[in-house]
Amino acid sequence: MPDISAGRLAADDYGKNFSDVHPPLSAHEAVVESDRCYFCFDAPCTNACPTSIDIPLFIRKIGTGNVEGAAETIFESNILGGMCARVCPTETLCEEACVRNAAEEKPVRIGLLQRHATDTYIERHSTYGVRAPATGRKVAVVGAGPAGLACAHELALRGHDVTIIEARGKAGGLNEFGIAAYKATDGFAQREVDFVLGVGGITVESGKALGRDFALADLRSNYDAVFLGLGLQAVNALGVEGEETAGVVDAVRWIEDLRQSQDKSAIEVGSRVVVIGGGMTAVDAAVQAKKLGADEVTIAYRRGPAEMGASRYEQELAQVNGVRILHWVAPRQVVSEGNAVSAVEFERTALDASGRLTGTGRALRLTADQVMKAIGQTFVSGVVETVALDGGRIAVDEEMRTSLAKVWAGGDCVRGGEDLTVQAVDHGKRAALSIHAALSV
Amino acid sequence: MADLRSNFLGIKSPNPFWLASAPPTDKKYNVERAFRAGWGGVVWKTLGEDPAVVNVNGPRYGAIHSGDRRLAGLNNIELITDRPLELNLREIAEVKKAWPDRALVVSLMVPCEERNWKSIIARVEETGADGLELNFGCPHGMSERGMGSAVGQVPEYIEMVARWCKEATRMPVIVKLTPNITDIRYPARAAKKGGADAVSLINTINSIVAVDLDSFAPVPTIDGKGSHGGYCGPAVKPIALNMVGEIARDPETYGLPISGIGGIETWRDAAEYIALGCGTVQVCTAVMTYGFKIVEEMIDGMKKYMDSHGFSTIEDFRGLAIKNISDWKYLNLNYIAKAKIDQDLCIKCGRCHIACEDTSHQAITHMVDGVRRFEVKDEECVGCNLCVNVCPVEGCITMQPMAPGSVDPRTGKVVSPQYANWTTHPNNPSAVAAE
Ligand SMILES: Cc1cc2nc3c(=O)[nH]c(=O)nc-3n(C[C@H](O)[C@H](O)[C@H](O)COP(=O)(O)OP(=O)(O)OC[C@H]3O[C@@H](n4cnc5c(N)ncnc54)[C@H](O)[C@@H]3O)c2cc1C
Ligand SMILES: Cc1cc2nc3c(=O)[nH]c(=O)nc-3n(C[C@H](O)[C@H](O)[C@H](O)COP(=O)(O)O)c2cc1C
Ligand code: SF4
Ligand code: SF4
Ligand code: SF4
Repeated sequence: MPDISAGRLAADDYGKNFSDVHPPLSAHEAVVESDRCYFCFDAPCTNACPTSIDIPLFIRKIGTGNVEGAAETIFESNILGGMCARVCPTETLCEEACVRNAAEEKPVRIGLLQRHATDTYIERHSTYGVRAPATGRKVAVVGAGPAGLACAHELALRGHDVTIIEARGKAGGLNEFGIAAYKATDGFAQREVDFVLGVGGITVESGKALGRDFALADLRSNYDAVFLGLGLQAVNALGVEGEETAGVVDAVRWIEDLRQSQDKSAIEVGSRVVVIGGGMTAVDAAVQAKKLGADEVTIAYRRGPAEMGASRYEQELAQVNGVRILHWVAPRQVVSEGNAVSAVEFERTALDASGRLTGTGRALRLTADQVMKAIGQTFVSGVVETVALDGGRIAVDEEMRTSLAKVWAGGDCVRGGEDLTVQAVDHGKRAALSIHAALSV
Repeated sequence: MADLRSNFLGIKSPNPFWLASAPPTDKKYNVERAFRAGWGGVVWKTLGEDPAVVNVNGPRYGAIHSGDRRLAGLNNIELITDRPLELNLREIAEVKKAWPDRALVVSLMVPCEERNWKSIIARVEETGADGLELNFGCPHGMSERGMGSAVGQVPEYIEMVARWCKEATRMPVIVKLTPNITDIRYPARAAKKGGADAVSLINTINSIVAVDLDSFAPVPTIDGKGSHGGYCGPAVKPIALNMVGEIARDPETYGLPISGIGGIETWRDAAEYIALGCGTVQVCTAVMTYGFKIVEEMIDGMKKYMDSHGFSTIEDFRGLAIKNISDWKYLNLNYIAKAKIDQDLCIKCGRCHIACEDTSHQAITHMVDGVRRFEVKDEECVGCNLCVNVCPVEGCITMQPMAPGSVDPRTGKVVSPQYANWTTHPNNPSAVAAE
């Protein structure tokens, strides 16, 4: 019988295991760290930030004791600077670009400094920004994820009235439902949503879905502009025999249950877990499975470490947490015993002479009580009717305009993004500026 | 192996590193700890007459910090010793007896009357101390009572008191100078005229180190008020070095022994003072920051430096830099240097670019062929050295002299091998014809 159960740990271990992966800096640590910044000209870190936060300026403000001013510099470019400070893969963004890498291979800890400033500000203030006089223009934002929230805030600041329409019961998107629990502890996602909405002029209608409760055409006729921040609502299938067996779960849904549970000891996890995939979701699922008390967790990825969507740092995080990463294996069959999963059959892969991934014919079987699928999510295009797509996602131009007049889009649902929170924020902000320009003529 | 032994005015010490008259030398307990740590000598905390002065009971120090809260400058409003004279004299005698190989100089400050000076000197004489240092430098508190820098600012008084003291003692007399004057050469000349064997400098600089922006009072604040204090520590070293250099190269005081003080923290600081002619150096703030142990680094670093340069005693390099201190007008205007960036060391922070672009001569690129790259444009560079100073990577930007005969791309002129200075320059209205 497969060993899947809840409550594998002693009661207080849950709190310990799901506390902050990177504890915040103390005020003293922040000042010491801020000293390390060279206040670069045309700063490479800023250029590497999708939202172009003026990093040297905010760090300098921390150094002079002006922590709230530092946060204002951050929010001016990125209203979700608090969440980004927690979830951005800084090792491939700002911190990778930091010039301190060149000399010491030790970048300024920009993410933690950003968190220090934004946490301090959010603790003391209910929101950021003051709205311009009302313009009387109405904008509908569909989806209350990072893209929608950033767009709504920017539009509200400029005096427009925003209605956010969100299918789920709660705003936040993947910040609330997807991000690993140890990255956004203590209900931060909802506190940040309140902070963003606190600016005023934004109404959230939750529990209403585009395509189910109304059509895009309704929005286009009832509002002056529409922004689509729909995210990715479907997951890729493995396409192998046995995929429907009990014990095979979709990693994103499993993480969502974990994030939403009041009591983590109620979440079921296998003793031996196999996670299939190589991205951030695979790492998050594997690490959280381990933190819930799974005995053996293996990430099985069909290519090598360099091709993994998860950064090297995240791969290390998985390994530090006791997760094994197996490369060059592709799933061929989910093996069951009775009605439940008992193993996964893999074939070892390799690159052929022309550089294409091929099977080698050599098999490998991993015993499993639970299998998590994390091989990517896809955009559900049915809801957007006639909007043109590109590569299965919404096609947009530089200003995030779609093919339909009065309709903009951004975040994971558009083509060309990196599927990162910070990217979604940037899209939302840019779309808002474009909408504002369009409404101002 | 280098020999650090020093003989200053006949006062011998195992090394030239002394502690300046200040809290670290206020009593036997501290001084013995210092000697155990390896310090070559001390100047005992300044003695005065009984009844002893009293210090404030609130904060006496304030500071400025550089990166990572390194103490860069210290300010104090402490007075001379607040312990009874008798106690100090007894401890001085005990310490000298227990540590015969170390230098023990006694600092003094009494009202400006002949009998006051002569009577205290008689008592110091009995302790067996090696020398006297006359404190004409303390800039706060004592100066309001007509002592310390109030004396040090009037060359005639310096000369007068120095003479009284020389008459009254067998011991060498060092006059400690205040930097709170316009031209350090005048008090130094006066000390020499009065018969002083040496000068020591600098004492602390008048300063308000900070203003508290909530209480609107100077720091340190005592019950809502603050008074100016004396400034010392690494930040004052450049001021002190200049003053030492001025005295060292003044024909009237040339050769007068000097004990250098001000901002010394490392062997390198000490070596710079010695290169400007000092026979010993004195340290205060650095030990108040890090404790006595730093002398171990100073001794070892100095020996290594001397060995690497073939100097066997400090006399071998003492004063070697004096002849190279020049008036501006004699600097060679035909010497032309250009900044050069070592691209392998450059971390591309862009500081050099923005410094030169915003405030100098627009001579550093930030983009070359569409990539971030910092290169000096020789046709714009005036060789000012600003970029060298702002670059975070030491040795990354260097100043390269242009070879005589080559063409300076900035001016289009051939670099002359001839020395030529301002005195003969055609733009100088009072130029004299070059020979
Ligand atoms: C498990 C996991 C971990 C991740 N970890 C990180 C990380 O550590 N760092 C990082 O930078 N990124 C991470 N990401 C990616 C990041 O979460 C996304 O890039 C980001 O949330 C995209 O924002 P969005 O606003 O485009 O979409 P979403 O956050 O997905 O928000 C879309 C919103 O639209 C709503 N919606 C969808 N369809 C409709 C409809 N028809 N009508 C009304 N509302 C609708 C949804 O309910 C949702 O609230 C992770 C993703 C996953 C899945
Ligand atoms: C707290 C304090 C008290 C001092 N007291 C005296 C003193 O009593 N007599 C004296 O001659 N100099 C006194 N000084 C000046 C020091 O001896 C020394 O000249 C000055 O601090 C510069 O050296 P530094 O930069 O190494 O500290 C004092 C300095 C400090 C910081
Ligand atoms: S690159 Fe690094 S050192 Fe330069 S401004 Fe950014 S954080 Fe500071
Ligand atoms: S030496 Fe001066 S002028 Fe030349 S590049 Fe450097 S800063 Fe510019
Ligand atoms: S200051 Fe130095 S490290 Fe920075 S760009 Fe210039 S040369 Fe390079």
